[in-house]
Amino acid sequence: MSTVLRRRLTVLAFIGPALAGLVVFFVYPLLAAVYFSLHRVDLINPPEWVGLANWRFLFHDLNVRHAAGNTLWFVVVMVPARIVGAIATAMLLNRVKRGRTAYRTLFYLPALAPPVVATLAFVSLLKPGTGPVNTLLAKVGIEGPLWFNSPDWAKPALVLLALWGIGDLMIIFVAALLDVPVELYEAASLDGAGAWQRFRNVTLPSISPVVLFAAVTGVIATLQYFTQAAVAASVASGDAVTGGGISGTFGYPEGSTFTYPLWLYTVGFRNGLLGYSSVLAVVLFVVAIAVTLVLLRRFQAFAGSVR
Amino acid sequence: MTAHGRTRALIFVAEHSLAIALSAMFLAPIVFLLLTSFMSNEQQLTADPWPRTWHPENYLDVFARTPMLSYTLNTVIYAVAATGLMLLASVPAAYALSKLKWRGRNAIFIAIICVMMLPPQVVTVPLYLMWASAGLTGSLWPLILPMLAGDAFSIFLLRQFLVTIPDDYVDAARVDGCGEWRTLLRVVVPIARPGIAAAAMFQFFYCWNDYYGPLLYTSENEKAWTLSLGLASFRSLHHVDWNLATAATMLTLIPVVVLFFFAQKAFVRGVTLTGVKG
Repeated sequence: MSTVLRRRLTVLAFIGPALAGLVVFFVYPLLAAVYFSLHRVDLINPPEWVGLANWRFLFHDLNVRHAAGNTLWFVVVMVPARIVGAIATAMLLNRVKRGRTAYRTLFYLPALAPPVVATLAFVSLLKPGTGPVNTLLAKVGIEGPLWFNSPDWAKPALVLLALWGIGDLMIIFVAALLDVPVELYEAASLDGAGAWQRFRNVTLPSISPVVLFAAVTGVIATLQYFTQAAVAASVASGDAVTGGGISGTFGYPEGSTFTYPLWLYTVGFRNGLLGYSSVLAVVLFVVAIAVTLVLLRRFQAFAGSVR
Repeated sequence: MTAHGRTRALIFVAEHSLAIALSAMFLAPIVFLLLTSFMSNEQQLTADPWPRTWHPENYLDVFARTPMLSYTLNTVIYAVAATGLMLLASVPAAYALSKLKWRGRNAIFIAIICVMMLPPQVVTVPLYLMWASAGLTGSLWPLILPMLAGDAFSIFLLRQFLVTIPDDYVDAARVDGCGEWRTLLRVVVPIARPGIAAAAMFQFFYCWNDYYGPLLYTSENEKAWTLSLGLASFRSLHHVDWNLATAATMLTLIPVVVLFFFAQKAFVRGVTLTGVKG
């Protein structure tokens, strides 16, 4: 056997399983999603060609507009809130000298909590009548909102839940902030720059690749926002009939927590419209890939920052 | 005390007050869960946050009144099997992407990043139909078997770790006559142990916490449910009260926290290396 061939076979042995995975779990389902989006698909019958009918329905579907609107709300509010919160806690952490490790562990811990656990904790923490948060607010004379039971407050409550879990982002920013050259701060101080100006002109430009990275991955994560919204709705709605997959409570209250992935799941696996569900999947893919391209275009900056 | 010293002392106090207040806020939800899990059935309906009488038996009752044991076993099987298989396929793949030179390497690496960024809902319908035609829906196999091909995020993380290992080490092993597999096992794996530990932990936590996967494939068969899935429908399905539900919640959380404390360093290293959570 020639050495070139042997060499290629070795590479194939190392990367082969991953390549097969790329084809079976990525390329095939992507192409199949496009194919299914042009068919009527269910679990029993073979796919039946319907042309662009599923795609046309997209423009008449009021639910998708509503769900996409909610997801957009989460992207616009949750992603920046998490980034600002993470930078602020990271800066505090880098200033504190004594006990830094203990604080870091404490701040990070909630990020580990399983999403279902975290959501259950927040629903019981924010119970309108007897929850500790509203009890505390009542003591200082404030009437607390209905949180997960109010269409206006359910989304902000989910943002609080997301802020509770900023530990992972915080650790990234702790590392990024330590990489900012100290001389730059010294030079800025000599020039008479105040704390805000130092942050604006030294810190922010230095950590901007990490901010970009956090924004892109944050948007991607928020586009798939599913578990917390599903669980909060199901638990807060109380004793409505809920089972793992047969919950009728998605979006409670009044559809305020109904996200795009929840609608995709409902259409496909509750209503059995797998063809139309594939339309929603293709749209989600196009949006996600557009966001990812932003990251890849800046890949040099990003790869440099994480080394 | 000089004026300068006083300012510094003030800043010190301010920083620590802020840090302590934040710590309290981060911890409060978990402490509240813990306290509720020890309450009596009657008290969990009230606004009184401190247990009047302590009921550690809640932690046993929850096993008696719900399929908690089965949820736990399923979750352990899913997390351990997926993590093991993932490592078997991902470590060699990361080695090929960092220490072997071949045409198309960059293209494949970019493809893996794309998969990593892909929302799972995009490929859900075709994959579900695929597993349904194989007769494997209603079990955790559709979540475990794909790990035979490795996991995009783990390959990315491991690759980022392996590129930090100097090529000299690998070349020296090759000069000594080691084949690529021996080089990987004898030279690279021992150096990369922290990276491998981080990847394994991320995968384990991902499976332990996963809700969407088990919901999709096992919701029709409660015998295959995991903790996340079981917990989410606990109260309505088994008519248990908050005190028992929170006891089960604590039981789901504790293994994660324990594992984290054992491997904190590897974990933090992993987060900074990739900049993403699984």
